[in-house]
Amino acid sequence: MRWLLGKDLRILRRSPALLVVLVVYPAIVALLIGLSLSRGPGTPRVAIVNGVPPGARTVQVGSESLDAQRYADQLFAAVDAVKVRSRAAARRLVQDGKVIAAIVIPADVTRRLQSAVNLGGGAVPSIEVIYNGRDPLKTRYVESLISSRVAAANRALSQRVATIAGGYLGILLNGGDFGILGQHYKVLGLRRSRTIVNTSLAALPPRSPVRKELQDVARFAQLAIDNLDLSDEILATVSEPLHVRRVVIDGRHTPLETFAVAVAVIVSLMLVTLLLAAGLLALERQDHTFRRLVRGLVRPAALLGEKALLAGGIGVVVSAALLAVVGIFVPLDWGRAGLWLLALAVAGVAFGALGVALGAVVRDVQAASLLAFALALPLAFLAVVPQSAVSPALFDVIGAVSAAFPFKPALHGLDAALGAGGSMAGPAAHLAGLAVAYAVAARAAIRRAM
Amino acid sequence: MSGAPDLDAAPSPALRATALARRFGARQALRGVSVSVAAGEVLAVIGPNGAGKTTLLEILAGAQRADAGTVDHGPQASRVGWVPQEQAVYGRLTIAENLRLFARLEGAADVEASVAAMLAETGLGERADDLVETLSGGNRQRVNIAVGLLGDPVVVLLDEPSAALDPRQRERLWRFLAGRVASGIALIVTTHDVAEARRHADRILVLADGEELFTGPPGELAAATGDADFELALVRFLEDRGH
Repeated sequence: MRWLLGKDLRILRRSPALLVVLVVYPAIVALLIGLSLSRGPGTPRVAIVNGVPPGARTVQVGSESLDAQRYADQLFAAVDAVKVRSRAAARRLVQDGKVIAAIVIPADVTRRLQSAVNLGGGAVPSIEVIYNGRDPLKTRYVESLISSRVAAANRALSQRVATIAGGYLGILLNGGDFGILGQHYKVLGLRRSRTIVNTSLAALPPRSPVRKELQDVARFAQLAIDNLDLSDEILATVSEPLHVRRVVIDGRHTPLETFAVAVAVIVSLMLVTLLLAAGLLALERQDHTFRRLVRGLVRPAALLGEKALLAGGIGVVVSAALLAVVGIFVPLDWGRAGLWLLALAVAGVAFGALGVALGAVVRDVQAASLLAFALALPLAFLAVVPQSAVSPALFDVIGAVSAAFPFKPALHGLDAALGAGGSMAGPAAHLAGLAVAYAVAARAAIRRAM
Repeated sequence: MSGAPDLDAAPSPALRATALARRFGARQALRGVSVSVAAGEVLAVIGPNGAGKTTLLEILAGAQRADAGTVDHGPQASRVGWVPQEQAVYGRLTIAENLRLFARLEGAADVEASVAAMLAETGLGERADDLVETLSGGNRQRVNIAVGLLGDPVVVLLDEPSAALDPRQRERLWRFLAGRVASGIALIVTTHDVAEARRHADRILVLADGEELFTGPPGELAAATGDADFELALVRFLEDRGH
């Protein structure tokens, strides 16, 4: 087998264009897929703790009730909200990297908001946002998203308060109809009161004993008019009723990122290994050397094994190099590097077996490459279809199809090796089973070709 | 290459196959064909396109399985050389690298000596380090034949070895093969060139639609039809049998 390995390596070394296509192209495809996944969906996963009791979610401004929940809902709509019961649980999710951030709305926020609206002073109403400090890029992204939503809620809330309060002040100044608790009142207004008082003062005798009191009332009315004219500007200063308290904790990187790395690396391993294994075997048939070899010089099983191992080996080297490069930009646990290589090696063998099975059913390299591409990419995409994207029945079908190919178990194996949780044993056993099945299929296909 | 041994008298032919049959889907490629060749003998397999010549040679070489029948390679089963119709060598390897690889796979005792001997015999020594893909069709065929002759075979199976060669190269090839036959190896050669078969073969085997129609010296076939022109004699022979 070593002579064949040496021969294939020599041929590959003398085919730089082929190597570029087989190695660089899959690496680029893998990086692009990984990049698109790592950017994540438009709605980042954020834990939400809403401590406000359902009966205490309104703020009273004069005779009108403002539903604070409406503003909270606007904030939640911007994220993929994961509802949790306590701040501790939310913090744990952030720490474990299961969510990018957590928003904690304390139980007393509406009470404090009420106090602020009443200009009653006291503690500033605030919500708490907990970020993952291990991931500054994502933290900035989520922080900016949450800040903009909180700012929008603040703006809407303050405008509403200003409009309602401004309306009452207008009635107080200029008079008009005013309704409260189902009763309607006619309000005279400070300006008209001052006019009436001034008219009454002019009609009084100079030495009237009530002139002094009426003059005091008129001076008060003038003072109130002069100052309430400035009320709109004063109300506008209540522009940020809700404050955000930022807490950064030191958690692990998010699984989304680990998953994106795993997808990128396994896509690269799959493409390199499948294309090489299928291509190298098909090349033997295209060059007509296949029959010359298997007529007694090399056992067909050994020939298949040589192609699968060579392709898998090169695939592992390329994908491990890709992982090392990605590791410069993404925090990875280098202490688990041995497990990464083990996961890649097992996956490489399974992909190699699938590759030779593909190479065994076609007669030339072009057909082998086309078949490998046509099969590989849809299978990769099927394996990453989220459960929520399709119906349960379709998801079961997708799961069954994915289980018949090495991509999904390879992905789970590497994900586990990268430390995202789960065991490597299950995926490894799955891949070993697939490798045996594909080797048997390849052997049968080769036998038919003889 | 005349004076072939009497097969009935020969104690052990170098290769003997009996009642070979092979079917590809609905098409019966071989129908109970038997063939044997003795040491120092040249057997030419001739017949129209699709007669089953290549299938027969591939089964004899072990490159394809038969549906029925047996192949007995004699006491030196591992020493059967095969030169397929297509040039089955690696274009991205040099001539020497191809020869070295196949010599190792053949289990040659002294790989470098085998390679050097074959380069000298085929006259390819000066181009030993050239990539095969850069060679002319004729030279590539010489490499193809050289690979088939590695391993010191006692029987060599050649599938249309002269098809890609010009008359001068063809003559050199037959001179080269004659030297090998003189040293005692047995040759089974398929060809479309009936003149070549008549000139170089001790016996011919005529196949048509997988059926063995004639086995014997070329002169017997010509005598049977009464045609002096061997090509015309073969055509008449096939027509008389409905082919």
